[in-house]
Amino acid sequence: MGQAKLSVGQWMILGLVAVCAPLGDACLSRGMAAMPQIDLAHPLSLIGAVFTPWIAGGIALLICFFASYLTALSWADLTFVLPATAFGNMIVELLSKFWLKEEVSLERWIGVLLITVGVGFVAQGPARTELPNNSVTAAVPMEEEKAR
Amino acid sequence: MTILSPSAVSVNPWVGAAMLAAIVVASTTGEVLTAAAMKSIGDLDDIRAHSGMKGAIRAVLTCPLFFAGVSFLALAFFSLLFALNHLSLGLVAPASASLTVVTNAIAAKFFLHENVDKRRWTAAVLICIGVYFLVH
Repeated sequence: MGQAKLSVGQWMILGLVAVCAPLGDACLSRGMAAMPQIDLAHPLSLIGAVFTPWIAGGIALLICFFASYLTALSWADLTFVLPATAFGNMIVELLSKFWLKEEVSLERWIGVLLITVGVGFVAQGPARTELPNNSVTAAVPMEEEKAR
Repeated sequence: MTILSPSAVSVNPWVGAAMLAAIVVASTTGEVLTAAAMKSIGDLDDIRAHSGMKGAIRAVLTCPLFFAGVSFLALAFFSLLFALNHLSLGLVAPASASLTVVTNAIAAKFFLHENVDKRRWTAAVLICIGVYFLVH
């Protein structure tokens, strides 16, 4: 195992992974809830939905999530990045409680606590398993070779 | 509160288990293939520093493993939609979300050769139970 310390920029990428997915889902949910019911007989009305502000914002956030997720996977293990996505569930609960003033049950708080402890366990360890023929260090030459 | 689809009560338990298994297997395969693709490409930050954003995007879009991973993630999404049409949301969401956390850890150990130590196993189990509590 190597590269125990991540840079500030890399932590910010993981933060984007955690924040963008739940916010994107929330925007899509809010946008679709405001739309009139869409049935399979009129699928084109879904295309119109894409251009409404909430859904367009949700799609932009989910694109941001996927780009951050791919970037994180390029320098960290899957088992290191996945907890960051689970951390997003916790952010949703906190937003529900303190922003939307919704009632959050005891079970949900227990879930939040368990995820927080789990993420803490992973965050203390190294981000990446270094393999003998790891291609990370060879990434730039490979890219330059493609460019030639 | 569980939300039952009209046909939920008539589903054979084995068929229901097969639907959940399809979601978990497709999702895990997609995650592992995507992670393998990004590992084979290398650090995107370095590629972007040398070849710019276009170079980074080209590196991702010319990797066949990436498209295989995205295809399986899409399959997982449609499997989820299919399962939701037959089973209750209260069963499908927590079961698939929490099982996937553990299967990803197992797959990462055996296929990506990641060092899944005690710390990561503990985290996977805690997050699995935590997600179940959150979604249930």
